[in-house]
Amino acid sequence: MDFSWIFSYWPLLAAGAVQTVLLLVISVGCGFILAIGLALAQVVGPRWLKLFARGYCTCLRGTPLLIQLWLLYYGVGSLLPMIPGLRASFLWPILREGFFFAAVSFTLNYAAYEAEVLRGALLAVPKGELEAGRSFGMSSSTLFRRIWLPRAIRIALPTIAGEVVLQLKATPLAFTVTVMDLYAVAYKVRQDTLLVYEPLMVVTVFYVCLTLIITRAFKIVEAQVPVRR
Amino acid sequence: MSSSQSLLELLSPYPPGWGGVLLAGALSTVLISLGAYLVGIAIGLAGAIGKLKGNRPVRFVLDLYTTAIRAIPELILIIGLYYAGTDGLNRILAVLGLPAVEINGFVAAVAVLGIVQGAYMTEVFRGAILAIPVGQIEAAAAFGMRPSLRFRRIVLPALMPNALPGLANLWMCVTKDSALIAVVGYQELALATRIAAGNTKHYFLFFLASAALYLAITLISNVVFSALETRFRRGQPKTA
Repeated sequence: MDFSWIFSYWPLLAAGAVQTVLLLVISVGCGFILAIGLALAQVVGPRWLKLFARGYCTCLRGTPLLIQLWLLYYGVGSLLPMIPGLRASFLWPILREGFFFAAVSFTLNYAAYEAEVLRGALLAVPKGELEAGRSFGMSSSTLFRRIWLPRAIRIALPTIAGEVVLQLKATPLAFTVTVMDLYAVAYKVRQDTLLVYEPLMVVTVFYVCLTLIITRAFKIVEAQVPVRR
Repeated sequence: MSSSQSLLELLSPYPPGWGGVLLAGALSTVLISLGAYLVGIAIGLAGAIGKLKGNRPVRFVLDLYTTAIRAIPELILIIGLYYAGTDGLNRILAVLGLPAVEINGFVAAVAVLGIVQGAYMTEVFRGAILAIPVGQIEAAAAFGMRPSLRFRRIVLPALMPNALPGLANLWMCVTKDSALIAVVGYQELALATRIAAGNTKHYFLFFLASAALYLAITLISNVVFSALETRFRRGQPKTA
Protein backbone atom coordinates (compact mmCIF):
# COMPACT_ATOMS: atom_id res chain seq x y z
CA MET A 1 0.00 0.00 0.00
CA ASP A 2 1.43 3.29 -1.07
CA PHE A 3 -0.50 6.50 -0.51
CA SER A 4 2.32 9.01 -1.05
CA TRP A 5 0.76 10.07 -4.37
CA ILE A 6 -2.08 11.74 -2.47
CA PHE A 7 0.16 14.68 -1.57
CA SER A 8 0.82 15.63 -5.17
CA TYR A 9 -2.67 14.80 -6.44
CA TRP A 10 -4.90 16.25 -3.77
CA PRO A 11 -5.86 19.43 -5.69
CA LEU A 12 -7.00 17.25 -8.59
CA LEU A 13 -8.82 14.90 -6.23
CA ALA A 14 -10.60 17.81 -4.60
CA ALA A 15 -11.62 19.23 -7.99
CA GLY A 16 -12.86 15.77 -9.00
CA ALA A 17 -14.88 15.44 -5.81
CA VAL A 18 -16.47 18.83 -6.50
CA GLN A 19 -17.42 17.69 -10.01
CA THR A 20 -18.97 14.50 -8.64
CA VAL A 21 -20.99 16.35 -6.01
CA LEU A 22 -22.01 18.99 -8.54
CA LEU A 23 -23.29 16.31 -10.93
CA LEU A 24 -25.26 14.74 -8.10
CA VAL A 25 -26.77 18.03 -6.91
CA ILE A 26 -27.70 19.20 -10.41
CA SER A 27 -29.24 15.89 -11.46
CA VAL A 28 -31.15 15.37 -8.24
CA GLY A 29 -32.33 18.99 -8.04
CA CYS A 30 -33.46 19.42 -11.64
CA GLY A 31 -34.57 15.79 -11.90
CA PHE A 32 -36.84 16.16 -8.92
CA ILE A 33 -38.65 19.16 -10.40
CA LEU A 34 -39.08 17.30 -13.68
CA ALA A 35 -40.28 14.24 -11.78
CA ILE A 36 -43.03 16.24 -10.06
CA GLY A 37 -44.37 17.21 -13.47
CA LEU A 38 -44.10 13.68 -14.83
CA ALA A 39 -45.78 12.15 -11.79
CA LEU A 40 -48.58 14.69 -11.85
CA ALA A 41 -49.08 14.10 -15.56
CA GLN A 42 -49.49 10.39 -14.88
CA VAL A 43 -51.96 10.91 -12.06
CA VAL A 44 -54.23 13.71 -13.26
CA GLY A 45 -53.11 14.57 -16.78
CA PRO A 46 -55.21 14.22 -19.92
CA ARG A 47 -54.90 10.93 -21.74
CA TRP A 48 -52.18 11.90 -24.20
CA LEU A 49 -50.06 13.44 -21.44
CA LYS A 50 -50.50 10.32 -19.30
CA LEU A 51 -49.36 8.15 -22.17
CA PHE A 52 -46.39 10.39 -22.86
CA ALA A 53 -45.26 10.38 -19.23
CA ARG A 54 -45.69 6.61 -18.94
CA GLY A 55 -43.75 6.06 -22.15
CA TYR A 56 -40.98 8.37 -20.98
CA CYS A 57 -40.60 6.51 -17.70
CA THR A 58 -40.68 3.09 -19.37
CA CYS A 59 -38.08 4.04 -21.97
CA LEU A 60 -35.65 5.67 -19.58
CA ARG A 61 -36.00 2.98 -16.97
CA GLY A 62 -35.72 0.25 -19.58
CA THR A 63 -32.38 1.30 -21.05
CA PRO A 64 -28.99 1.54 -19.35
CA LEU A 65 -27.86 4.97 -18.24
CA LEU A 66 -24.57 4.36 -20.04
CA ILE A 67 -26.39 4.08 -23.38
CA GLN A 68 -28.45 7.20 -22.67
CA LEU A 69 -25.29 9.08 -21.79
CA TRP A 70 -23.52 7.96 -24.96
CA LEU A 71 -26.62 8.65 -27.05
CA LEU A 72 -26.60 12.24 -25.83
CA TYR A 73 -22.85 12.78 -25.90
CA TYR A 74 -21.97 11.06 -29.17
CA GLY A 75 -25.39 11.18 -30.87
CA VAL A 76 -26.82 14.58 -30.08
CA GLY A 77 -23.30 15.92 -29.60
CA SER A 78 -22.44 15.02 -33.18
CA LEU A 79 -25.60 16.67 -34.50
CA LEU A 80 -25.16 19.93 -32.57
CA PRO A 81 -22.35 21.37 -34.71
CA MET A 82 -24.67 21.09 -37.72
CA ILE A 83 -26.91 23.80 -36.28
CA PRO A 84 -25.70 26.97 -37.98
CA GLY A 85 -24.29 29.64 -35.73
CA LEU A 86 -24.17 27.48 -32.63
CA ARG A 87 -20.44 26.97 -32.79
CA ALA A 88 -19.86 30.73 -32.64
CA SER A 89 -22.45 31.45 -29.99
CA PHE A 90 -21.83 31.98 -26.29
CA LEU A 91 -23.47 28.60 -25.55
CA TRP A 92 -20.76 26.62 -27.30
CA PRO A 93 -18.24 26.49 -24.40
CA ILE A 94 -20.96 24.81 -22.30
CA LEU A 95 -22.35 22.56 -25.02
CA ARG A 96 -18.87 21.35 -25.92
CA GLU A 97 -18.22 19.92 -22.45
CA GLY A 98 -18.93 16.35 -21.45
CA PHE A 99 -20.17 17.73 -18.15
CA PHE A 100 -23.20 19.32 -19.81
CA PHE A 101 -24.24 16.05 -21.46
CA ALA A 102 -23.62 14.08 -18.28
CA ALA A 103 -25.72 16.51 -16.25
CA VAL A 104 -28.57 16.41 -18.78
CA SER A 105 -28.67 12.63 -19.13
CA PHE A 106 -28.37 12.04 -15.37
CA THR A 107 -31.18 14.53 -14.81
CA LEU A 108 -33.49 12.89 -17.36
CA ASN A 109 -32.71 9.44 -15.99
CA TYR A 110 -33.20 10.42 -12.35
CA ALA A 111 -36.49 12.11 -13.23
CA ALA A 112 -37.84 8.89 -14.74
CA TYR A 113 -37.09 6.82 -11.63
CA GLU A 114 -38.22 9.54 -9.24
CA ALA A 115 -41.48 10.07 -11.16
CA GLU A 116 -42.45 6.45 -10.48
CA VAL A 117 -41.78 6.90 -6.78
CA LEU A 118 -43.74 10.15 -6.66
CA ARG A 119 -46.62 8.71 -8.65
CA GLY A 120 -47.10 6.02 -6.03
CA ALA A 121 -46.76 8.56 -3.25
CA LEU A 122 -49.30 10.96 -4.79
CA LEU A 123 -51.80 8.11 -4.97
CA ALA A 124 -51.00 7.12 -1.38
CA VAL A 125 -52.02 10.46 0.16
CA PRO A 126 -55.21 9.82 2.16
CA LYS A 127 -58.22 11.07 0.26
CA GLY A 128 -59.73 12.71 3.35
CA GLU A 129 -56.82 15.13 3.63
CA LEU A 130 -57.40 16.33 0.08
CA GLU A 131 -61.15 16.58 0.67
CA ALA A 132 -60.49 18.57 3.83
CA GLY A 133 -58.36 21.02 1.87
CA ARG A 134 -60.99 21.27 -0.86
CA SER A 135 -63.75 21.89 1.64
CA PHE A 136 -61.75 24.85 2.95
CA GLY A 137 -62.12 26.32 -0.52
CA MET A 138 -58.53 25.80 -1.65
CA SER A 139 -58.01 26.10 -5.38
CA SER A 140 -56.50 22.98 -6.93
CA SER A 141 -53.09 24.62 -7.32
CA THR A 142 -53.01 25.69 -3.66
CA LEU A 143 -54.22 22.25 -2.65
CA PHE A 144 -51.40 20.67 -4.63
CA ARG A 145 -48.77 23.05 -3.29
CA ARG A 146 -49.80 22.99 0.34
CA ILE A 147 -51.20 19.51 0.95
CA TRP A 148 -50.92 16.99 -1.83
CA LEU A 149 -47.26 17.40 -2.80
CA PRO A 150 -45.80 17.89 0.70
CA ARG A 151 -47.69 14.86 1.97
CA ALA A 152 -46.58 12.78 -1.00
CA ILE A 153 -42.95 13.81 -0.51
CA ARG A 154 -43.20 12.91 3.17
CA ILE A 155 -44.58 9.49 2.25
CA ALA A 156 -41.89 8.90 -0.36
CA LEU A 157 -38.98 10.25 1.68
CA PRO A 158 -37.33 6.92 2.57
CA THR A 159 -37.53 5.81 -1.07
CA ILE A 160 -36.19 9.17 -2.26
CA ALA A 161 -33.19 8.73 0.03
CA GLY A 162 -32.52 5.38 -1.61
CA GLU A 163 -32.88 6.88 -5.09
CA VAL A 164 -30.42 9.67 -4.29
CA VAL A 165 -27.85 7.12 -3.13
CA LEU A 166 -28.42 5.13 -6.34
CA GLN A 167 -27.93 8.31 -8.34
CA LEU A 168 -24.69 8.98 -6.46
CA LYS A 169 -23.50 5.52 -7.39
CA ALA A 170 -24.25 6.25 -11.06
CA THR A 171 -22.10 9.40 -11.20
CA PRO A 172 -18.75 7.70 -12.01
CA LEU A 173 -20.23 6.85 -15.45
CA ALA A 174 -19.55 10.47 -16.36
CA PHE A 175 -15.87 9.62 -16.71
CA THR A 176 -16.70 7.80 -19.96
CA VAL A 177 -17.57 11.16 -21.54
CA THR A 178 -14.41 12.94 -20.38
CA VAL A 179 -15.81 14.53 -17.23
CA MET A 180 -12.97 14.88 -14.72
CA ASP A 181 -14.93 13.61 -11.75
CA LEU A 182 -13.34 11.89 -8.78
CA TYR A 183 -13.32 8.54 -10.50
CA ALA A 184 -11.63 9.99 -13.58
CA VAL A 185 -8.94 11.48 -11.34
CA ALA A 186 -8.38 8.08 -9.75
CA TYR A 187 -8.10 6.62 -13.24
CA LYS A 188 -5.50 9.20 -14.14
CA VAL A 189 -3.56 8.46 -10.94
CA ARG A 190 -3.63 4.81 -11.87
CA GLN A 191 -2.20 5.54 -15.28
CA ASP A 192 0.48 7.87 -13.88
CA THR A 193 1.65 5.79 -10.94
CA LEU A 194 0.65 2.27 -12.00
CA LEU A 195 -1.06 1.77 -8.64
CA VAL A 196 -4.26 -0.20 -9.12
CA TYR A 197 -5.91 -0.51 -5.73
CA GLU A 198 -4.97 2.61 -3.77
CA PRO A 199 -6.76 5.21 -5.96
CA LEU A 200 -9.83 2.98 -6.16
CA MET A 201 -9.80 2.69 -2.37
CA VAL A 202 -9.67 6.46 -1.92
CA VAL A 203 -12.63 6.87 -4.29
CA THR A 204 -14.52 4.11 -2.50
CA VAL A 205 -14.00 5.74 0.90
CA PHE A 206 -15.25 9.03 -0.54
CA TYR A 207 -18.40 7.40 -1.94
CA VAL A 208 -19.13 5.50 1.26
CA CYS A 209 -18.74 8.70 3.30
CA LEU A 210 -21.03 10.58 0.93
CA THR A 211 -23.60 7.78 1.17
CA LEU A 212 -23.49 8.00 4.96
CA ILE A 213 -23.92 11.79 4.83
CA ILE A 214 -26.90 11.49 2.48
CA THR A 215 -28.67 8.84 4.57
CA ARG A 216 -28.00 10.81 7.76
CA ALA A 217 -29.30 14.03 6.19
CA PHE A 218 -32.50 12.31 5.08
CA LYS A 219 -32.97 10.89 8.58
CA ILE A 220 -32.79 14.43 9.96
CA VAL A 221 -35.27 15.71 7.38
CA GLU A 222 -37.60 12.81 8.15
CA ALA A 223 -37.46 13.61 11.84
CA GLN A 224 -38.68 17.15 11.14
CA VAL A 225 -42.23 15.99 10.54
CA PRO A 226 -43.79 14.43 13.60
CA VAL A 227 -45.51 11.18 12.66
CA ARG A 228 -47.87 9.49 15.04
CA ARG A 229 -47.74 5.74 14.80
CA MET B 1 -18.47 5.27 -47.75
CA SER B 2 -20.82 5.70 -44.85
CA SER B 3 -22.76 8.56 -46.36
CA SER B 4 -23.70 6.53 -49.42
CA GLN B 5 -25.32 3.78 -47.34
CA SER B 6 -28.92 4.12 -46.35
CA LEU B 7 -29.98 3.71 -42.73
CA LEU B 8 -31.54 0.33 -43.43
CA GLU B 9 -28.36 -0.93 -45.06
CA LEU B 10 -26.41 0.19 -42.01
CA LEU B 11 -28.66 -1.82 -39.71
CA SER B 12 -28.83 -4.92 -41.92
CA PRO B 13 -27.58 -8.08 -40.21
CA TYR B 14 -25.12 -8.94 -42.98
CA PRO B 15 -21.54 -7.67 -43.11
CA PRO B 16 -21.79 -4.28 -44.77
CA GLY B 17 -24.45 -3.49 -42.18
CA TRP B 18 -23.81 -3.53 -38.45
CA GLY B 19 -27.06 -5.17 -37.34
CA GLY B 20 -25.37 -8.54 -36.90
CA VAL B 21 -22.73 -7.05 -34.59
CA LEU B 22 -25.46 -5.42 -32.54
CA LEU B 23 -27.53 -8.59 -32.32
CA ALA B 24 -24.47 -10.62 -31.32
CA GLY B 25 -23.78 -7.98 -28.68
CA ALA B 26 -27.35 -8.22 -27.45
CA LEU B 27 -27.02 -12.00 -27.23
CA SER B 28 -23.85 -11.77 -25.19
CA THR B 29 -25.51 -9.15 -22.96
CA VAL B 30 -28.35 -11.58 -22.27
CA LEU B 31 -25.92 -14.47 -21.70
CA ILE B 32 -23.74 -12.45 -19.32
CA SER B 33 -26.83 -11.28 -17.45
CA LEU B 34 -28.22 -14.81 -17.21
CA GLY B 35 -24.91 -16.20 -15.99
CA ALA B 36 -24.44 -13.45 -13.45
CA TYR B 37 -28.04 -13.83 -12.34
CA LEU B 38 -27.62 -17.56 -11.69
CA VAL B 39 -24.34 -16.98 -9.85
CA GLY B 40 -26.09 -14.27 -7.86
CA ILE B 41 -28.98 -16.59 -6.94
CA ALA B 42 -26.53 -19.23 -5.71
CA ILE B 43 -24.54 -16.70 -3.66
CA GLY B 44 -27.76 -15.09 -2.45
CA LEU B 45 -29.33 -18.32 -1.19
CA ALA B 46 -26.12 -19.36 0.55
CA GLY B 47 -25.68 -15.85 1.94
CA ALA B 48 -29.24 -15.63 3.22
CA ILE B 49 -28.99 -18.99 5.01
CA GLY B 50 -25.61 -17.94 6.40
CA LYS B 51 -27.04 -14.67 7.68
CA LEU B 52 -30.02 -16.38 9.31
CA LYS B 53 -28.40 -19.54 10.64
CA GLY B 54 -24.66 -18.82 10.69
CA ASN B 55 -22.49 -18.18 13.70
CA ARG B 56 -21.11 -14.79 14.58
CA PRO B 57 -18.02 -14.66 12.29
CA VAL B 58 -20.03 -15.91 9.30
CA ARG B 59 -22.69 -13.29 9.90
CA PHE B 60 -20.05 -10.58 10.30
CA VAL B 61 -18.34 -11.48 7.03
CA LEU B 62 -21.68 -11.60 5.18
CA ASP B 63 -22.73 -8.26 6.65
CA LEU B 64 -19.47 -6.74 5.51
CA TYR B 65 -19.97 -8.21 2.02
CA THR B 66 -23.52 -6.98 1.52
CA THR B 67 -22.86 -3.55 3.02
CA ALA B 68 -19.69 -2.97 1.03
CA ILE B 69 -21.14 -4.10 -2.29
CA ARG B 70 -24.28 -2.04 -1.86
CA ALA B 71 -22.41 1.11 -0.80
CA ILE B 72 -19.81 1.20 -3.58
CA PRO B 73 -20.70 2.39 -7.10
CA GLU B 74 -21.12 -0.46 -9.58
CA LEU B 75 -18.58 0.92 -12.02
CA ILE B 76 -15.86 1.01 -9.36
CA LEU B 77 -16.81 -2.47 -8.17
CA ILE B 78 -16.68 -3.87 -11.67
CA ILE B 79 -13.35 -2.30 -12.51
CA GLY B 80 -11.92 -3.15 -9.08
CA LEU B 81 -13.10 -6.76 -9.15
CA TYR B 82 -12.10 -7.18 -12.78
CA TYR B 83 -8.50 -6.12 -12.25
CA ALA B 84 -8.11 -7.15 -8.63
CA GLY B 85 -9.86 -10.45 -9.31
CA THR B 86 -7.69 -11.56 -12.21
CA ASP B 87 -4.58 -10.20 -10.50
CA GLY B 88 -5.45 -11.85 -7.19
CA LEU B 89 -6.19 -15.19 -8.82
CA ASN B 90 -2.86 -15.17 -10.61
CA ARG B 91 -1.06 -14.29 -7.36
CA ILE B 92 -2.72 -17.20 -5.60
CA LEU B 93 -1.75 -19.47 -8.49
CA ALA B 94 1.82 -18.15 -8.30
CA VAL B 95 1.96 -18.94 -4.58
CA LEU B 96 0.73 -22.45 -5.31
CA GLY B 97 3.39 -22.76 -7.99
CA LEU B 98 0.94 -22.94 -10.88
CA PRO B 99 1.25 -20.98 -14.12
CA ALA B 100 -0.74 -17.78 -14.52
CA VAL B 101 -3.99 -17.98 -16.44
CA GLU B 102 -5.53 -15.56 -18.87
CA ILE B 103 -9.10 -15.16 -17.73
CA ASN B 104 -11.76 -15.31 -20.36
CA GLY B 105 -13.66 -12.02 -20.60
CA PHE B 106 -17.04 -13.73 -20.43
CA VAL B 107 -16.15 -15.67 -17.28
CA ALA B 108 -14.74 -12.55 -15.65
CA ALA B 109 -17.85 -10.53 -16.53
CA VAL B 110 -20.17 -13.21 -15.17
CA ALA B 111 -18.12 -13.60 -12.00
CA VAL B 112 -17.88 -9.87 -11.33
CA LEU B 113 -21.56 -9.14 -11.96
CA GLY B 114 -22.50 -12.31 -10.09
CA ILE B 115 -20.64 -11.18 -6.98
CA VAL B 116 -22.41 -7.81 -7.17
CA GLN B 117 -25.80 -9.46 -7.69
CA GLY B 118 -25.15 -11.90 -4.86
CA ALA B 119 -25.06 -9.12 -2.30
CA TYR B 120 -28.47 -7.80 -3.34
CA MET B 121 -29.86 -11.34 -3.67
CA THR B 122 -28.74 -12.16 -0.12
CA GLU B 123 -30.94 -9.40 1.24
CA VAL B 124 -33.88 -10.30 -1.02
CA PHE B 125 -33.77 -13.97 0.01
CA ARG B 126 -33.23 -13.13 3.68
CA GLY B 127 -36.36 -11.02 3.70
CA ALA B 128 -38.29 -13.65 1.74
CA ILE B 129 -37.33 -16.42 4.15
CA LEU B 130 -38.25 -14.28 7.14
CA ALA B 131 -41.67 -13.67 5.58
CA ILE B 132 -42.53 -17.39 5.52
CA PRO B 133 -45.00 -18.18 8.32
CA VAL B 134 -42.89 -19.98 10.90
CA GLY B 135 -45.60 -22.59 11.47
CA GLN B 136 -45.04 -24.03 7.99
CA ILE B 137 -41.40 -24.75 8.73
CA GLU B 138 -42.23 -26.07 12.19
CA ALA B 139 -44.81 -28.39 10.67
CA ALA B 140 -42.21 -29.80 8.31
CA ALA B 141 -39.79 -30.28 11.21
CA ALA B 142 -42.53 -31.98 13.21
CA PHE B 143 -43.00 -34.47 10.35
CA GLY B 144 -39.35 -35.37 10.73
CA MET B 145 -38.03 -33.81 7.53
CA ARG B 146 -34.28 -33.38 7.47
CA PRO B 147 -33.09 -29.74 7.09
CA SER B 148 -32.06 -30.25 3.45
CA LEU B 149 -35.38 -31.84 2.52
CA ARG B 150 -37.27 -29.17 4.46
CA PHE B 151 -35.39 -26.48 2.58
CA ARG B 152 -36.08 -28.04 -0.79
CA ARG B 153 -39.74 -28.94 -0.29
CA ILE B 154 -41.04 -26.22 2.05
CA VAL B 155 -38.75 -23.21 2.35
CA LEU B 156 -37.79 -22.84 -1.30
CA PRO B 157 -41.32 -22.99 -2.78
CA ALA B 158 -42.67 -20.79 0.03
CA LEU B 159 -40.03 -18.10 -0.35
CA MET B 160 -40.33 -17.76 -4.12
CA PRO B 161 -43.53 -15.69 -4.21
CA ASN B 162 -42.07 -13.37 -1.57
CA ALA B 163 -38.77 -13.02 -3.36
CA LEU B 164 -40.08 -12.68 -6.91
CA PRO B 165 -40.68 -8.91 -7.06
CA GLY B 166 -37.18 -8.31 -5.71
CA LEU B 167 -35.74 -10.87 -8.10
CA ALA B 168 -37.48 -9.18 -11.04
CA ASN B 169 -35.96 -5.84 -10.04
CA LEU B 170 -32.53 -7.40 -9.79
CA TRP B 171 -32.85 -8.91 -13.25
CA MET B 172 -33.57 -5.44 -14.63
CA CYS B 173 -30.55 -4.16 -12.74
CA VAL B 174 -28.22 -6.83 -14.06
CA THR B 175 -29.25 -6.37 -17.69
CA LYS B 176 -28.41 -2.70 -17.34
CA ASP B 177 -25.30 -3.20 -15.21
CA SER B 178 -23.94 -5.51 -17.87
CA ALA B 179 -23.53 -2.40 -20.03
CA LEU B 180 -20.79 -1.36 -17.62
CA ILE B 181 -18.76 -4.37 -18.73
CA ALA B 182 -18.16 -2.32 -21.89
CA VAL B 183 -15.87 -0.10 -19.84
CA VAL B 184 -13.49 -2.99 -19.14
CA GLY B 185 -13.53 -3.91 -22.81
CA TYR B 186 -15.57 -7.08 -23.15
CA GLN B 187 -17.75 -6.86 -26.21
CA GLU B 188 -21.42 -6.87 -25.36
CA LEU B 189 -24.24 -4.69 -26.64
CA ALA B 190 -22.97 -1.36 -25.33
CA LEU B 191 -19.45 -1.80 -26.64
CA ALA B 192 -20.67 -3.28 -29.94
CA THR B 193 -22.83 -0.19 -30.37
CA ARG B 194 -19.96 2.11 -29.66
CA ILE B 195 -17.76 0.32 -32.17
CA ALA B 196 -20.47 0.33 -34.84
CA ALA B 197 -21.21 3.99 -34.21
CA GLY B 198 -17.56 4.96 -34.20
CA ASN B 199 -16.89 3.18 -37.47
CA THR B 200 -19.84 4.59 -39.38
CA LYS B 201 -20.16 7.97 -37.60
CA HIS B 202 -23.90 7.33 -37.35
CA TYR B 203 -23.87 7.73 -33.58
CA PHE B 204 -27.50 8.66 -33.23
CA LEU B 205 -28.84 5.75 -35.23
CA PHE B 206 -26.83 3.06 -33.48
CA PHE B 207 -27.33 4.30 -29.94
CA LEU B 208 -31.06 4.54 -30.57
CA ALA B 209 -31.02 1.02 -32.01
CA SER B 210 -29.23 -0.40 -29.00
CA ALA B 211 -31.51 1.51 -26.62
CA ALA B 212 -34.40 -0.17 -28.45
CA LEU B 213 -32.75 -3.58 -28.00
CA TYR B 214 -32.28 -3.00 -24.26
CA LEU B 215 -35.88 -1.82 -24.02
CA ALA B 216 -37.02 -4.96 -25.82
CA ILE B 217 -35.07 -7.09 -23.33
CA THR B 218 -36.73 -5.24 -20.47
CA LEU B 219 -40.24 -5.49 -21.89
CA ILE B 220 -39.90 -9.20 -22.67
CA SER B 221 -38.53 -9.81 -19.17
CA ASN B 222 -41.53 -7.97 -17.72
CA VAL B 223 -43.87 -10.41 -19.45
CA VAL B 224 -41.83 -13.42 -18.32
CA PHE B 225 -41.72 -12.27 -14.71
CA SER B 226 -45.42 -11.56 -14.49
CA ALA B 227 -46.09 -15.05 -15.88
CA LEU B 228 -43.70 -16.50 -13.30
CA GLU B 229 -45.43 -14.59 -10.56
CA THR B 230 -48.86 -15.99 -11.42
CA ARG B 231 -47.31 -19.47 -11.54
CA PHE B 232 -45.62 -19.17 -8.15
CA ARG B 233 -48.67 -17.57 -6.55
CA ARG B 234 -51.07 -20.30 -7.66
CA GLY B 235 -53.08 -21.60 -4.74
CA GLN B 236 -52.38 -18.48 -2.71
CA PRO B 237 -55.30 -16.31 -1.67
CA LYS B 238 -55.69 -13.28 -3.91
CA THR B 239 -55.83 -9.97 -2.11
CA ALA B 240 -57.73 -7.21 -3.82
